Amino acid sequence: MSVQEKVVQIIAEQAMLEREDVQLDSTLESLGIDSLGLVESLFAIEEAFDISIPFNANAPEESGFDISSVAQIVAGIEQLIAEQQG
Amino acid sequence: MKRVVITGAGTINALAHNVPDTWKAMAEGRCGIGPLVMPDVERLAVQIGAQVQGFEPDALFNRQQLSLFDRFTQFTLIAAREAIGQSGLAFSGELAARSGVILGNSGGGMTTLDENYRSVYEEGKNRVHPFVVPKLMNNAAASHVSMEFNLKGPSFTVASACASSNHAMAQAFQMVHGGAAPVMITGGSESMLCFGGVKAWEGLRVMSKDACRPFSANRNGMVQGEGAGIFVFEEFEHARARGAEILAEVAGFAMSSDAADIVMPSKQGAARAIAGALRDARLNCEDVGYINAHGTGTAANDKTECAAVADAFGAHADKVMISSTKSMHGHLIGGTGAVELLACIMALRDGIIAPTIGYEEADPECALDVVPNVAREARVGAVLSNAFAFGGLNAVIVLKSV
Repeated sequence: MSVQEKVVQIIAEQAMLEREDVQLDSTLESLGIDSLGLVESLFAIEEAFDISIPFNANAPEESGFDISSVAQIVAGIEQLIAEQQG
Repeated sequence: MKRVVITGAGTINALAHNVPDTWKAMAEGRCGIGPLVMPDVERLAVQIGAQVQGFEPDALFNRQQLSLFDRFTQFTLIAAREAIGQSGLAFSGELAARSGVILGNSGGGMTTLDENYRSVYEEGKNRVHPFVVPKLMNNAAASHVSMEFNLKGPSFTVASACASSNHAMAQAFQMVHGGAAPVMITGGSESMLCFGGVKAWEGLRVMSKDACRPFSANRNGMVQGEGAGIFVFEEFEHARARGAEILAEVAGFAMSSDAADIVMPSKQGAARAIAGALRDARLNCEDVGYINAHGTGTAANDKTECAAVADAFGAHADKVMISSTKSMHGHLIGGTGAVELLACIMALRDGIIAPTIGYEEADPECALDVVPNVAREARVGAVLSNAFAFGGLNAVIVLKSV
């Protein structure tokens, strides 16, 4: 399973949606994922890829991890995997 | 209904091991937050906290006591000894039979849990110390206070996360106010600042890795603290008859529940608690000169709290001083309201308003007088202490000078 497929699976599960309903340009908000859901998704992603995501819920914009869309999250994770497992 | 006054105060926290030194530290705007010292700290993403330093339990408790007292119980007893000592009360006969202890605590004996999980899970041991249960139970601190001081009336522990102490003190106030008890020992304690406690908080991603800067636009989260604050709540005539020194009067309180979200605070819930507390104390918002904020330094709390104060206080919100002393002593979780009540007493007694330290940048969403960085001299006649917990449980206490 590719990084993108896995991330979509995790987000779909969190949002209680079918995978087909999670689009790359979807925002977490549009999928109905709130702040707690976000933190839980990040935890699941960290566990799935054995990485650490620098995200502080108090200052999302300063975390250096873009959560503005599914595509941005996938891109950020691919980068973190390259950095942390490369 | 009986009037209720505070005739004793005690504490141990990251700033100091007693009340006078804590007041001095608050007046100086000193910061008790620093690098955490604990086993496996390198495995934590958050490595700062407001730890109690220079604390030597071996000098204060004997071997039998140490085998039964978790760190949160030790903190409680140290603070209770100071508070009850100051009050000059000795409990015997009818006074002992009717007086009790109500404490706020959220986590119970977290250090005991942590150490014993390590021993059975990590070290693979199949046997733990026989006193693990009585040591870690949430009511252990209240029970040991009752035993050390012979308090035989209503005693229990209140758990409402970060509002535990305020709920406990409100309940103790009710006991005395309604005539059920002449004296109640109250306040709260917490020692969640252990490896497992910090690790659990990390997961929510609301902790700062560098500092607690409540209301500052560049704030980035809360910082955990530990310690205890204990008070003697006494019926006014009882205190006056024996010539006790009165620190402040407990004027009223209110509690509310958001009934909305398990972690996100609600402006309406907080505003209802603030307005309700003023009503209960029969005060107008113009009478209040200072508010000790819940002020955790998280994005969610600080702007919601400021909006709630603005809502409840109307035009007077621009005049009232509001500071968060968590910037100095950290967030004591279940014990936080108790230590913060000290800042309220200092404001009433000494006319010194504790500052919000670490304040660097104005936030338009927190546009109140947050007493940035430096304490201020001001005469105030009434003060509020806010506590808004995870789970949407709110409790606000009102003190006034006698």
